[in-house]
Amino acid sequence: MNSTTLAGLCGAALVGLGLFGFVTHPNLLRKILAFNLMGSGVFLLFGVVARRGAAAGIGADPVPQALIITGIVVAFSATALAVALLQRLFKETGQATLRSAPKGSSVDGADV
Amino acid sequence: MSVAFLFDACLAALVLGIGGWTIAARSSFGAVVGYIAYGLFLALVWVRLSAVDVALTEAAIGSGVTGVLLIGAAARLRTTEAEALAEPPGRAQRILAGALCGLITMAIAAAVLSLPDPAPTLAPLVAENLPPTGLGNPVTGVLLAYRAFDTLLESVVLVLALAGVWSFALDRAWGGRPGARRIPRSEGALGFLAQLLAPAGIIVGIHLVWTGANEPGGAFQGGTILAAMWIIVMVAGLADAPPVSRRWLRLALVGGPAVFLAIGIAGFAVADAFLAYPQGYAKPLILIIEAGLTLSIAVTLALLAVGPAQRRPQS
Repeated sequence: MNSTTLAGLCGAALVGLGLFGFVTHPNLLRKILAFNLMGSGVFLLFGVVARRGAAAGIGADPVPQALIITGIVVAFSATALAVALLQRLFKETGQATLRSAPKGSSVDGADV
Repeated sequence: MSVAFLFDACLAALVLGIGGWTIAARSSFGAVVGYIAYGLFLALVWVRLSAVDVALTEAAIGSGVTGVLLIGAAARLRTTEAEALAEPPGRAQRILAGALCGLITMAIAAAVLSLPDPAPTLAPLVAENLPPTGLGNPVTGVLLAYRAFDTLLESVVLVLALAGVWSFALDRAWGGRPGARRIPRSEGALGFLAQLLAPAGIIVGIHLVWTGANEPGGAFQGGTILAAMWIIVMVAGLADAPPVSRRWLRLALVGGPAVFLAIGIAGFAVADAFLAYPQGYAKPLILIIEAGLTLSIAVTLALLAVGPAQRRPQS
């Protein structure tokens, strides 16, 4: 086993860990966090593919590298969107889980 | 077993340990702090994989700006913590989920262990075609020359995401400033840090963009550092967040993608293809695109982190 393979196995474990957190946490913020963990595991797997493609004096295949950079930026914008959704949900219902709101709950943040 | 492998093994164990903590921690705040540390260690893994450009992006965006965003959310949602803890999934559900995730991990691990050898690569092609672009950093070459279309779409995605975030503002706050209230000017350590760090950080950010043509760095990494400096200045209360309806703000947001698109369309006339650069002008055009993108990325990322408008426009 070499360092690159080890990083690949680490990425595989991160995907599993992130998925576990995503499925089991009721708190939506924790779900977002776990999803990011899973995403970074996927990026790491792709990074292993890049590293294995080292050639022509370049330490890692630059095409996957560029795609990973694009991926990290897009992952951040998706996270920002998810957090904004969550905060609006919190404003409307006062909760941060997907449990359906109890009947007659207050809607303090709602617009008039 | 070499020392380098031992180092990598320790690093992988550390990354997995902190990653596990972000899932296992009881408080969301603790989990988010763990995630920031996780991102920094993951950046070291990227360096070990010879992907320094990715390492910079991971440290700046994956750990830094995402951390700011999530820590703010965790602080605001703190009151919901107890409620969410009161409804944990049942033991059977957890075991089932654990088994399923373990299975997925093993399947991916098996795929990693059976990757083809020798690995397919585009590196020689990139190296061969890099000289005409005048760039020295192959990753920048891919981002802004060979696969410039991806990067153009990415810069548009950022603006779309911000439009999405802004649309979660309440009607009465539309066009106003983000943040529940103006943050008072911090006279303590934070204010001092913001005054000290921001000027130096701006130089570092611009340097990263400029040097990105030949060394690791580029518009995304540099733009993120500029965004971080603006966020520090806003968090320390040295400057208030601008109202989202300001015209200069809107221009700064779309300026980068617009310049990119204009140069791309001009490619039809002068180089026979969309996003093609005329011979000998590739590097100056790429630098112009990077300058525009840096500004737009910095403004967009900072505004994504501070969230939608929350104050009435006149206040």
